Amino acid sequence: MDNSKILIYDGSFNGFLTSVFVAFEEKIQVVDIQRSSIQQNGLFSDSTIIFTHVEKAKRVWNGIDKKSHRALKNIYFAFMSESKNVELLLYRYIRKLFAKRFAIQSDYSDDIVLKIVQLAKSVGREKHRMEAFVRFQLTKDDIYFATIEPDFDVLPLISKHFRSRYADQHWLIYDVKRKYGIFYNLTGVEIVSLDLQGVFANSILRNDCFITEEYSYQELWANYFKSTNIRSRINPKLHAQHVPRRYWKYLSEKKQVV
Amino acid sequence: MQFERIKQKLNILADAAKYDVSCSSSGSKRTNTNKGLGDSSGMGICHSYSEDGRCISLLKVLLTNYCIFDCAYCVSRRSNDIERAAFKIQEIVDLTINFYRRNYIEGLFLSSGIFKSPDYTMERLVSVAKKLRTEENFNGYIHLKSIPGASEELMKEAGLYADRISVNIEVPTVSGLKLLAPEKKHEDFIKPMQKIRNEILRYQEEKKIIKSTPKYAPAGQSTQMIIGATGETDKDIMYSADYYYKKYGMKRVYYSGYVPVAEDKRLPPMGSSVPMLRENRLYQTDWLLRFYGFRVAELLNKNHPNLDIDVDPKLGWALRNLSYFPVDINRADKIVLARVPGLGIQSIHKIISARRFRKLNWEHLKKIGVALNRAKYFIVCDTQGWKHQDLDASKIKGLILQNSSGKFRDKFSTQLRLFN
Repeated sequence: MDNSKILIYDGSFNGFLTSVFVAFEEKIQVVDIQRSSIQQNGLFSDSTIIFTHVEKAKRVWNGIDKKSHRALKNIYFAFMSESKNVELLLYRYIRKLFAKRFAIQSDYSDDIVLKIVQLAKSVGREKHRMEAFVRFQLTKDDIYFATIEPDFDVLPLISKHFRSRYADQHWLIYDVKRKYGIFYNLTGVEIVSLDLQGVFANSILRNDCFITEEYSYQELWANYFKSTNIRSRINPKLHAQHVPRRYWKYLSEKKQVV
Repeated sequence: MQFERIKQKLNILADAAKYDVSCSSSGSKRTNTNKGLGDSSGMGICHSYSEDGRCISLLKVLLTNYCIFDCAYCVSRRSNDIERAAFKIQEIVDLTINFYRRNYIEGLFLSSGIFKSPDYTMERLVSVAKKLRTEENFNGYIHLKSIPGASEELMKEAGLYADRISVNIEVPTVSGLKLLAPEKKHEDFIKPMQKIRNEILRYQEEKKIIKSTPKYAPAGQSTQMIIGATGETDKDIMYSADYYYKKYGMKRVYYSGYVPVAEDKRLPPMGSSVPMLRENRLYQTDWLLRFYGFRVAELLNKNHPNLDIDVDPKLGWALRNLSYFPVDINRADKIVLARVPGLGIQSIHKIISARRFRKLNWEHLKKIGVALNRAKYFIVCDTQGWKHQDLDASKIKGLILQNSSGKFRDKFSTQLRLFN
């Protein structure tokens, strides 16, 4: 019996892991794994909707973790890249991982393994960039607030970093592209969505929801940015390589240029 | 806070501090356990990059640029007619905390001109760090400069609050120091280094027995040398760097191309260009010594007192030692692979992992990310035929230069360019 199917899941990581679980359990020939938001029916294959099941997802998570912790991290990071067809690639990767006794996650001469590693790497790079480029502004409600627009969905990945660093202040980082944010309330981090009016990024116009000293500190920082530059070594190309232009509008030290 | 006044001071004192190149914020192990502010347990983060392309990870300022010394290479020298300023201790603390809370910086890099006496100055640097740690509950990164000639007690205290301590040797040769900074003695630099080294070792020993021993300068110490101010050779620089790495367990030695800051007949004239390419080659050599298993005498010696300008130091070494090659990618040890031009630590790691599964060929190497344009003359792999065995060194060098482009290439090309 031909059991080839397209699996449709809700777009969450748990949903994806559930799909993997179902595919293994029901011995499905997976044609593709698609998000319900962008699903596309195949001409010759059936599609099945997968309902996210946390217990099943957890079993896959633990199973991979038992095989290799590094592989698990790569899978999670690569998934966050939201790149096209990443689910099928990951599914093949996971099958390989379980099929072989030895540690295939370090077989860099295998195309699938190498691709996953590279995807995970670029997500890791974006995560690191966001840890660097978030610029908090202090609101009158005493919340340090920042907006970002990362290439990949990195908010879940940076949460821990900010939690352990700013343990004694309220903060909120909002992804304007994906329309959700993470808010830390001194005890834990929760996911929030806001109805943002206007741009809170790097506008020269002042916004009265921030304390007045906020702009003085931004000015000090912009001044520091200028004075620490050595003019006889100027290198705009290198500068733009390290701080790509697409992030400038969220960096207060680049306010004048944007 | 009086922002206008602070702004003026910040401009003057950040401007004077910028010639210190060290800006690393990694290597410390200070976790945020007390629900305080900051955490410096992970890797360092560059929060921005200035327009010269250098990382900005710390608030790098001087406490003051008043100085009783008159070192020719220094912008804050006594005889230089510049604007002077000084921060109050609380002002630096407030700046650091407010910048840190906004995620601008990883911490503070605090240096100072020497006013009144070395001890008086050092005491103030230490009290900034102490205040940050004890009053503000700050776990971010603190890099303190130790002032040449400061007392041992103060050095000892500094390490209890700072993550990293550094003394800049600035001039790599003793004779150069006499020429440019006649008021400073070589021992004044060496003594604090030795003291910190001893303390780090002592605390490490104690930690083995008593777990609650406090941290002492967990990110170690570093130093800096100015390049191209006194006509020293690359050999002079790298031999003394090697000495500091071995003798004092330095975490880093920084090389800073001399930026002319004042007219002085002992120094390169104002407006002469910064030796950035040379600086780059020195850093490459530094990495070869620390991570690639090279000994300094292999790269620089009596016959080769200076590094090649047109090729990187590893390629230069390989061209002088062709008998060492070809290396078999599928068999060679890690330490042998590390000597192949075009192979970096990352690719070596990937090669060693991947070759357990199958024999690697050119295609695999290319996908892994090896710089084959350089490596292919020095390796054999599963693809048949090592085509380059009859080439001599100058031929290989010519081919590599012809088939690649480097960021500094236009600086040394002897060929005239057709279009400019």
